[in-house]
Amino acid sequence: MTETRPDAAVAAALSRRPPIHPAIARLTHWINAAAMAVMISSGWAIHNAYPTLPWQFPIWTTLGGSLIGGLRWHFAAMWLVMINGLVYLAHGLWSGRLRRKLFPITPRAVVSDLRAALAGRLSHGDIAVYNSIQRLLYLGVILAGVVAVASGLSIWKPVQLRWLVMLLGDFDNARLVHFAAMSAIVAFVVVHTAMALLVPKTLRAMIRRR
Amino acid sequence: MDRKPHPDTRVILREAARRLDMPTRRLFLRHAVGLGALTLLTGCDVTDGFSAEPMLSRISDFNDRVQAWLFSPRRLAREYPESAITRPFPFNSFYQPNTPDKAPVINPATYRLNITGRADRRDDWTLDQLYALPRVTQITRHICIEGWSAIGKWSGVRFAEFLRRIGADTQAKYVTFRCDDNYVTSIDMPTALHPQTQLSFWFDDRLLPRAYGFPMKLRIPTKLGFKNPKHIGEIEIGNDYVGGTWETAGYNWFSGL
Repeated sequence: MTETRPDAAVAAALSRRPPIHPAIARLTHWINAAAMAVMISSGWAIHNAYPTLPWQFPIWTTLGGSLIGGLRWHFAAMWLVMINGLVYLAHGLWSGRLRRKLFPITPRAVVSDLRAALAGRLSHGDIAVYNSIQRLLYLGVILAGVVAVASGLSIWKPVQLRWLVMLLGDFDNARLVHFAAMSAIVAFVVVHTAMALLVPKTLRAMIRRR
Repeated sequence: MDRKPHPDTRVILREAARRLDMPTRRLFLRHAVGLGALTLLTGCDVTDGFSAEPMLSRISDFNDRVQAWLFSPRRLAREYPESAITRPFPFNSFYQPNTPDKAPVINPATYRLNITGRADRRDDWTLDQLYALPRVTQITRHICIEGWSAIGKWSGVRFAEFLRRIGADTQAKYVTFRCDDNYVTSIDMPTALHPQTQLSFWFDDRLLPRAYGFPMKLRIPTKLGFKNPKHIGEIEIGNDYVGGTWETAGYNWFSGL
């Protein structure tokens, strides 16, 4: 079927629109998702060896089968998390994308958007512009990720990174900080995944250009 | 556990390489797959299905090198006041059941410390000879790979000083410990020479109890607990990698803190 000239012009104009998320954001997003799945599930295997939170994680939720297996996966995937995270942050900060997407956040806007969300009135018309709850949660999970990495490094190397582990209140406390950051990230993942499935075009936008 | 590559593996990889010769795929690979990542593939046996173990072992070996680079003889583990000492100090063993009843019983009168390998003076040591060596004390945090930690007080001779007295080759790569509870571990020479690495004979101001490693343990506050061998029977200095009991099970060898 041959295209008439107006259709071709429209198609050309549409394909020139910028992607909702640039390719680097989409790529780092999914690499992070996979790496975080390994970090959390292997971390749960490690935690089970000396439970600090008052429970054992069920074996089927853990990776590695034991403390030994959990540690091997954890200290492997950490490289992917750190390198991928640095690439994402470097791009986001240098390109200004993080600033544009996440700021400003005001308490008034958060309250207003939360009310709208609970009443089912929160619009998802333009998914390229984040609402205030999204901004708060995305900023929060980035910070939780940084704290998770920092506290993880501090308990991995409490002598070589002595200043860092002491900043977090010495070894036992730094370990608790690590679990707290993990818990925050897991809570985020639950909400984030649910929201993405409720508004499927956001999931598409994280895979394709639009 | 190294496996020989399946005979079909080479054929499959050659066919895959031929198909990958298409320009677009080559370009993608060049950008997306670094040399480092490709070396991980040599840990994969494509015919047996993907096994993560060889890749995880390679990364653990890589982590050994990173930790050796991170390690500094000048950085000291934190030392604590007497008031911080954990009492009672936890017991942990590598054997089952995990109880002090199974710790070896050593006769102090007949005990001898054996020295083997690259050292000028490989005579046995009696406990009295060892107790006469210059004594240092530390109150440091023992960190177990399981995640718990406890602060303890150890006294003994600085291990660097002991190595000097036996004329050890400090250019050798490894110091290996064979223990009377059938435990084996080995450490890198830079850690052996670290100022806080101590051949300990006393614990909490009394003779090292049987449960905690009588007659001696190597206290290494810059390494995880399982790298601090108890009931040492033989010390070997050499260039052959021996690994250790827990390393064979899959724990990282360097395990620096």
